[in-house]
Formats: sequence, C-alpha cells, structure tokens
Amino acid sequence: MVTASAEVAAAVADAHRREWAFVLASTRRVAGDLDTAEEAVQDAYASALSVWDERGIPHNPAAWLTTAARRRVLDLRRRAEVARRAMPELLPAEVEESDPDAQAFPDDRLRLVFTCCHPALSEEAQVALTLKLVCGLSVPEVARAFLVAEPTMAARITRAKKKIAAAHIPYHVPEPGELPGRLDSVLAVIHLVYTTGHTAPSGADLIRRSLSERAIELAVMLRSLLPDDPDVAGLLALLLLTDARRPARTDADGAAVMLEDQDRSRWDTAAIRTGLTLLETSLGRRAPGRFTLMATIAAVHDQAATWSDTDWEQILGLYDLLSDVWPSPVVSLNRAIAIGFAKGSEAGLAELDRLATEPQLAGYGYLAAARAHLLARLGRIGEARTAYQEALRLTANDAERAHLQTQLTSLRHS
Amino acid sequence: MANYLILIYRGDQTQPAAGEVSVSYREFMQRRAGALRGGAALESAETATSVRSDGRGGFTVTDGPFAETKEVLGGYYVIEAADLDEALAIAKEVPAPDGGVEVRPIRVLN
Repeated sequence: MVTASAEVAAAVADAHRREWAFVLASTRRVAGDLDTAEEAVQDAYASALSVWDERGIPHNPAAWLTTAARRRVLDLRRRAEVARRAMPELLPAEVEESDPDAQAFPDDRLRLVFTCCHPALSEEAQVALTLKLVCGLSVPEVARAFLVAEPTMAARITRAKKKIAAAHIPYHVPEPGELPGRLDSVLAVIHLVYTTGHTAPSGADLIRRSLSERAIELAVMLRSLLPDDPDVAGLLALLLLTDARRPARTDADGAAVMLEDQDRSRWDTAAIRTGLTLLETSLGRRAPGRFTLMATIAAVHDQAATWSDTDWEQILGLYDLLSDVWPSPVVSLNRAIAIGFAKGSEAGLAELDRLATEPQLAGYGYLAAARAHLLARLGRIGEARTAYQEALRLTANDAERAHLQTQLTSLRHS
Repeated sequence: MANYLILIYRGDQTQPAAGEVSVSYREFMQRRAGALRGGAALESAETATSVRSDGRGGFTVTDGPFAETKEVLGGYYVIEAADLDEALAIAKEVPAPDGGVEVRPIRVLN
C-alpha cells in the first residue's frame, strides 16, 4: 500500500491528539516510571512517521503505537543494563505477539489522570502535568499557554515528576471511598485549563485559545471513562454551555462583548442542547456539586431569549446553593450581582458593601467594577466614577481595562 | 514499599498533655503497629538548638528551632507504606488536635 507522506503525517498528528493519553498510560504500566514511558512513547510516534509511510497506516494506530512504545521500553531497559531476569514480570507476554492490531491493551488513562492530579502536587503542577502527559503538549506549548518562561515550566514539571517518583505517588485509580475528593481535583484541573483558554484575549496565542478545546476533550474523555458520575457530567455540561456563547463573546474587531450585549443568535444551539441533556442526567442523582450548579446557572443564561428575559430569581437561588457547596469570594461576589438583578440595585449594592469588608475581597477589581455598575444604574454618577477608577487601578488584564475605560467614558457623557 | 517520616506539628501554646492525648496516641500505635518503624515525642520547641554551617568551616549555634513558625514540631513517626496514598491514610489517623502532620518520603541511600 502506497501512502502519501502528507496523509501519514496527518494520521500521526491525529493519533497524537486522540491516542496520546491511552498510549502513554498503557506504556507507563510496563515502564515503571513516567519518564521512561514518556521517552518511549515519543520515540514510538517518531518511528510511526517512517514505518507507516513504508507499510501503511495501521487499522488500530493506538495499539500499534502502544506495542512500539512498550518495545522501546525494553530497548531502553536493556541499554540501561537493568537485570535481564527482572523483565518477564514487568512485561506482559502479549507484547511479543506479531500482529499489533489484534492486541487489546487495558485502558489505563484514568490512572494517568489521577496521578497527574494527585492532591499532593500543587495545583499549577497538576495542570502542567495534565497538559504535558494526558494531552501530550510539549513543554514550550504548556509554558506559552500559561505565559510562563520555558525554563520555569520545565523546572515545574521536573519537580512534579520528581515528587511522584520520590514520594511514591501511586499509579492507580483511588478507592471508592477516596474517589469523590480525588475526582474533585481532576475536575478542578480541567476547569482551570478551560478558563485559562476562555479568558485569553482574542489576539492571544492560538495555543492559549485552544486550551478551551483541550479542556472539553479532557472532559469528554473523563465522561467516557466514568459515565455514571454526575459531577463529571456536570463539568462537561458547564464547559459546553459556557463554550456555546464563544461565537458571540467577541465583536468583528476582536473586542470582548459582555453577556448583556451579546447577539444571542450566534450562540451554538447544538452545544446548548448537548449541555442541557447532560445536565438532566447529572441533576437529581445526588446533591449537585459545584460544577453541576455552575452548569445550571450557565443553562439559565443560555435559555433566556434576551438579556431582559434572564430568570434572576432562579440564578440567585442557584448561587445560594453554590455558596453552601463551594463558599468562595468569587461566588459571593456573583451572588451579590445576582441580588442586584433579582431584588434591585439597592439590595445588590448593600450586599456588595457588606462583602467589601471581607479581607479576601478587599482589593478585588471585580468588586469595584460591580459596585460601579450598580451605582451608575442608580444614577449616583460621582460615586460610580470613583468606583470605576478604583476598578481600573486593581485590574491588570488589558481587555478588561478597555471595557472599564469605555464604561467610565460613557458615564462622563451621560 | 517505601518508608515515610510523619512529622507531627502542634500549636506552640499547647503543652503536650499527658492524659487524653497519650491515650489517643497509644490507640493509633496499636492500630497501626504493622506500619510503624519508629517514633518519638519531643520536648518543647524552647528546648531546641539550631546548628547552621557558616560556610567557612565553622558553625553558628542558635537558641530555638530551625524555622520560626506558628506550629512547632512535637514528635514524629517512621512508617512503612505501599505508596503515598497509604501513607496519607495513616497520617490522617495520627492524633494532631490543634496542628497537623507533614509526610516526607525517606530517601533510600544505597
């Protein structure tokens, strides 16, 4: 079979995107450590380029790559002069079989995910490892995605891998009793990957923006591995229901468009439908977790035909539940904003002023911006101006600063 | 299997009480006898002396623990566990009423 090089390159790239986690996870089982496994898998992908060109693209690229990577682990071991007699235990017999397409490998992706998101690692290390090992991103790519210098990111990943090895962070799926807490770290990492991509300014690096897609892929993968978990369904619903608004989040010039001003006909109705269906399977199974509640809030926005149709009473009720499940300054702030819409600007302002005394929220730009917005609505222009100026002082993001500046200017002209 | 050091930290105001606390430690040690490889309670942090190399072949000896923190090291256990998850499960059982514990893998030197 003659294969065009471009076709092979595309097939390898596709297998990299789809199968990297599967191949690495399965190779890690025989390699014994992540570094050896990673090196072997990289070599397997490199050899696929030439071998597939010569012999054709295999029917089951994941099995081919896994077999190649597992063989490579053997080579690396031999080269490292590891005692030959230790081999048979470490290596399942099936690897020596001749037809890689016929082989079935156990799906170890969950083990890989739980190792990368182990709570003994810092959250930033969890995120970096997940992108590197589960998504197969290179160190420069991960560094660019988080706007960190390459050597810094390389050091962060090396340190995390060292801890996995030295502290014996296990390569297994947590026991059922531990699972909910451990799963929460995984969901938090995927959510953070999504929000990092989602909040990247429109002119930002493609890698930053594609983080949102990576996060959705991770959530889809996790859902296929844990189909019965309501929180996993809730997270995927949240990402889809939020991402559905992406086409309307920027205008023709690439500037940010607030929810209030978005052209709702540009929202992705298919993503909204899928998100709502997922949400139905997630709700009512047990008390909803934070991601399910956040997804429900997103769903209320997505289902409102216009901004003025938004059911703020329902959103406020959901924020009340969310405050119980996941008390955090940001949730308190969003709840206060919901009060402003549901109960009137005065009530919202009173709640914001109450929050301003909390040390965690003092110096938080969004709080000043929310106050400014409510003050402007109440016609208290002088105070609104002061609040916008305070928000500008506390905000570093360029797109957000531009938005605040516009609000402040329109205030002067009103 | 790997060995871990569990460092037990407590609030610096609390004196190591005799009665109830020691009962809870005894219970822990009986329950986890299979994993325990050693351990001890320490005298208060005020009795600590720190020795630092001055980098010129000499030493600086100072009164007090190495790092001044709100919590002080009160004792330790050495345990053997299959992996970090098992070590953390054991660590959660160590009585540390007003502090917490730190789990450190013990390095294997050949």
